[in-house]
Amino acid sequence: MSRHVVCRVDELPPGQHRIISVRGRTIGVFNVNGEYHALLNRCPHRAAPLCQGVVTGLITSPAQYQRELTRDGEIVRCPWHGWEFDITDGRSVFNPHRVRTRTYEVFVETAPPGEDEDPDADAAGAQLVQATIGPDDPDPTLETYPVEVEQQFVVLYLGQSKPAARPE
Amino acid sequence: MEHGTTALAPRGMDLGQPVIDTDIHCNVPNVRALFPYLSEHWREYITYSAFKGPVDTAYPRGAATSSLPGTSGPDGEAPGTSLKLVREQVLDPWNVELGILNCTYAVESLHNPDTAAAMASAVNDWMIAEWLAEEPRLRASMVAPSRVPEMAAQEIDRIGSHPGIVQVFLPVVSEAPYGHRRYWPIFEAAQRHDLTVSLQFGGAPGNPPTGAGWPSYYLEDYAGMAQVFQTQILNLVVEGVFDHFPRLRIAMIEGGWTWIPSLMWRIDKDWKGLRREVPWNTMPPSDYIRGRMRFSLQPLDAAPDPKHMLQLIEQIGSDDVLMFSTDYPHWHFDRPEEAVPAGLPAELRRKILSENARSFYRFDK
Ligand code: FES
Repeated sequence: MSRHVVCRVDELPPGQHRIISVRGRTIGVFNVNGEYHALLNRCPHRAAPLCQGVVTGLITSPAQYQRELTRDGEIVRCPWHGWEFDITDGRSVFNPHRVRTRTYEVFVETAPPGEDEDPDADAAGAQLVQATIGPDDPDPTLETYPVEVEQQFVVLYLGQSKPAARPE
Repeated sequence: MEHGTTALAPRGMDLGQPVIDTDIHCNVPNVRALFPYLSEHWREYITYSAFKGPVDTAYPRGAATSSLPGTSGPDGEAPGTSLKLVREQVLDPWNVELGILNCTYAVESLHNPDTAAAMASAVNDWMIAEWLAEEPRLRASMVAPSRVPEMAAQEIDRIGSHPGIVQVFLPVVSEAPYGHRRYWPIFEAAQRHDLTVSLQFGGAPGNPPTGAGWPSYYLEDYAGMAQVFQTQILNLVVEGVFDHFPRLRIAMIEGGWTWIPSLMWRIDKDWKGLRREVPWNTMPPSDYIRGRMRFSLQPLDAAPDPKHMLQLIEQIGSDDVLMFSTDYPHWHFDRPEEAVPAGLPAELRRKILSENARSFYRFDK
């Protein structure tokens, strides 16, 4: 299993999705009403880039000739032949038990030292500070405080199974 | 060449078991034959207006392909007018256990709805009195004035519970595809009386029998009728007739059936992407066809190699949908040996010859 930081939470608001490239495959990461889902960007029908299709809802029929749009934002229509897939579980609408596309686990995590992060960032920051002040400048005797940025990230997990312990 | 002699009278064939014949045509010999079943008003009207009955354009009168020689009555009456001949030429020689009469009396060609309704009632009463009451092996499809579906429904309510009436007859060429809501009173009434509905070759004069307009020759009319059947099937399914009428069953009579697989493949394929248009359809279109529709065997668009016929049935994906028919007195197989595809497995053959019709028409009840 591998872990990939997709973006900051504020970069993927509800109703939006983005397509990322991870380990040689492209994956659509969707924010559906504040919940995150990821689908392989490959239609099981003829391999179209499924996640580039229109995000829409499920049309149901409460009575003859009546149509109702439900679950708006939870369905993606394949751009090639219009097959509809449930973003929340990858299943097709017309045959959910047999036709489905791969899904992935997506979580929101706080300030993760993830594998995509640069472990040298702190050192680089220190160098940058050094460079700005200059070795011969008088000591500014700045007052410093410990600061922590609580940034939230959308994180995608790739692999056969769910992460054992869901990171918070 | 001989014409109209009994030497050429149709002969049956022992198929090794009794059969259920889902398409035997009976014809009204002339409008006066209906007088006993018409009110005084209509008798007077017909006499006064010299009305000869509706024009049926399904087959050119006297066309060699339309009726087998030797099927006309002794005094030259139109083929299919004599119960005696139906017994001698169909029921006995084919070992018919039950036969369904289809009377192509084209009441839909009448533009006056009251006339159409009166004539339909008369034809139905005539069939009940002069055919069903006389011959226990016969059942009948009732005629209905389908241009005004509410009147058709009234006629269905009037006689639909008669034990000999098993089906409502509609011509496949219609003013509008039958799935349209305006026709639903007919389906509602049919379902109410547990009658099947059949769509039969031919239809309302005034509409061309092809989507491309009027063809020039009978050959085109005949061979092209399959497209009208296909149009009706598509429309009945996607308008949701089968969803709305859960007990409704529809038979396609004399329209062929070898085209069913390709129709199923196409509509199932497109439905997957266009399902949103018709969300009331709860299953793939082909499931409605296999589950709720049946097809009469004749005309058999016989492939030169019999094994291809079996493949076609396999491609339909159901052993239940075909029902034996002679299409008497029409002339679509000229040798009895061609009545049923050769080389069918025994169980499938038995189903086609009788069992599929028995369950479709609820004959075992
Ligand atoms: S490739 Fe997606 S519907 Fe055909």
